[in-house]
Amino acid sequence: MQINRSLPLTASGQAKGKSTFRQWLDKEGSAYAFLSGYALLFIIFIVVPVLAAVILSFTFFDTIQLPHFIGLQNYINLITQDDTFMRYVLPNTIQFAVIVGPGGYALAFLLAWVLAQLPKIPRTLFALVLYSPSMTSGVAMAVVWKTLFSGDQIGYLNSLLMNIGLVQEPIQWLQSPQYLMTIMIVVTLWSSMGIGFLAMLAGILEINPELYEAAALDGMSSRWQEIFYITIPSMRPQMLFGAVMAIVGTFQAGAIGVMLSGSNPTPQYAGQLIVNHIEDYGFLRYEMGYAAAVSVVLLLMVLLFARVSNRLFASED
Amino acid sequence: MKSAWIRKYTGVRNRGINPQGFHVSQIKFYLLLIPLAAFMLLPVVFIFSNAFKPPDELFAFPPRFFVIHPTFKNFTDLFSKLSTSGIPVSRYLFNSIIITLVSVAASILVSSTAAFALSKKNFKLKQTLFAINTIALMFVPIAVTIPRFLVIERLNLLDTFWVHILPGLAMPVGLFLLKQFIDGIPNEVIEAAQIDGANDLHIYWRIILPMIRPALATIAILTFQAAWNNAETSTLYINNESLKSFAFYLGTLTSTATGANAVAGQGIAAAAALIMFLPNLIIFIFLQSQVMSTMSHSGLK
Repeated sequence: MQINRSLPLTASGQAKGKSTFRQWLDKEGSAYAFLSGYALLFIIFIVVPVLAAVILSFTFFDTIQLPHFIGLQNYINLITQDDTFMRYVLPNTIQFAVIVGPGGYALAFLLAWVLAQLPKIPRTLFALVLYSPSMTSGVAMAVVWKTLFSGDQIGYLNSLLMNIGLVQEPIQWLQSPQYLMTIMIVVTLWSSMGIGFLAMLAGILEINPELYEAAALDGMSSRWQEIFYITIPSMRPQMLFGAVMAIVGTFQAGAIGVMLSGSNPTPQYAGQLIVNHIEDYGFLRYEMGYAAAVSVVLLLMVLLFARVSNRLFASED
Repeated sequence: MKSAWIRKYTGVRNRGINPQGFHVSQIKFYLLLIPLAAFMLLPVVFIFSNAFKPPDELFAFPPRFFVIHPTFKNFTDLFSKLSTSGIPVSRYLFNSIIITLVSVAASILVSSTAAFALSKKNFKLKQTLFAINTIALMFVPIAVTIPRFLVIERLNLLDTFWVHILPGLAMPVGLFLLKQFIDGIPNEVIEAAQIDGANDLHIYWRIILPMIRPALATIAILTFQAAWNNAETSTLYINNESLKSFAFYLGTLTSTATGANAVAGQGIAAAAALIMFLPNLIIFIFLQSQVMSTMSHSGLK
């Protein structure tokens, strides 16, 4: 079996046969051995599901019968028939992604930069505090948000607003279409100082201080100039990493609306994001083929955003 | 004439990036950070405060943010309670602890060996494989929940312990970070070891691993959070109640807390939320200091 696998690689030196395989094994075998565990898991749990999503997206599949091929019908339906998707899900997703993605990212960079201006101990403490909401995801925070935004008068926000006389009676924050999206955005921004933030902080601290000294000698005086001409260019890899993390985090955070409102679909689709739409069709209506098509659209959206940030921060070399 | 004290806090030494001590120019940053930090800390303080509130304070009107008469009642209630399906809460907690420990160890092993190969070994597919992994950084697991379910079903992993661990191990972010860190280790170090007769396994274990501790700590944090906070695996892939995770149990508490037994539910939900949160905090504090110290000593560029 191992010889079979090596055949394409040894095609050029076929005449030597086994000895070429031996050479290859000596030269590259250990590299593949080190890679094997990760590669296997990567293929099973990432590559195969993505390919399966692409294939299923061209089929009709209701989990009872075997999937059958229907060409582009799912995509055509998505664009022409799916009123909910066009009227609520897509605009919601774009609004959410544009505010939470770049907004959270810019906030993370600025805070990382500010932290880098402080001595080690206060810096570590503040980093810990800013990072703390990102530590625990989903379920534990749901307890907090549900109580803070609770719709009755013992909800903290309601109680506060009633105390200072801004509202007369409690507002159903999580059930009202006009507030749900705002709350989702605030809550997600709250926990956007995640791993990208830490990477950017480390990136800023790793920059050689001599660069700043040289720039100061050359007459650079403002902090903003420093940020744009030294800090950001010197930490492009971390900036790009932070950007990718912000994008993935934004789309991954999509379940928040359902979690807060406690229902899928969310009240009047106000907080319905593309991720919820997939779940709605996949696990509630069992239209797996259609859900797969929406998944593919989501993956393409992420790629598109990532390409944009790649353009912005790719290293010049 | 300036006193020495004033010179100390206004001199150039403590300005700019990574200063050694306090300087007046830092005051503006503190003025920005302190209110912001207080705001960011609200939910965390709330988790702590709520967990120790007796029932009358949980439902007091007007609600109070801080606890007045702290009590452990919520915790004793939590651990004396059986879930609706008759499983003691400690069982969920035990599952989560084992799942998290195995996940962190396995993830470090799997990612660091692969990162070593991608960074320091030469083979034909090296660039291609790394490019594939970089694209996979943008992978959003939540998007392929359905095909993943089909794969896991085919592999007969449904309702097993392994389904908690295996899908999360191939973490493109982890491999990416580790590979970047290993790139920073000079090739001369490895060549010198090879001249001394060290094989790849030896180089990986004795040279690479000790030099990439900051990155390993980061991977550990990432895997820990993913595994410990994971409620989704239990919802989707596990039917056997005794194999479900603590995060899942907490999720069931919050969804029933809005229902009929709201009064009984909120106290234990608050206690469970604290148990959920606390290990995240502790492990981060622990690894954060390690990341900082190894960062400054490892000399990675």
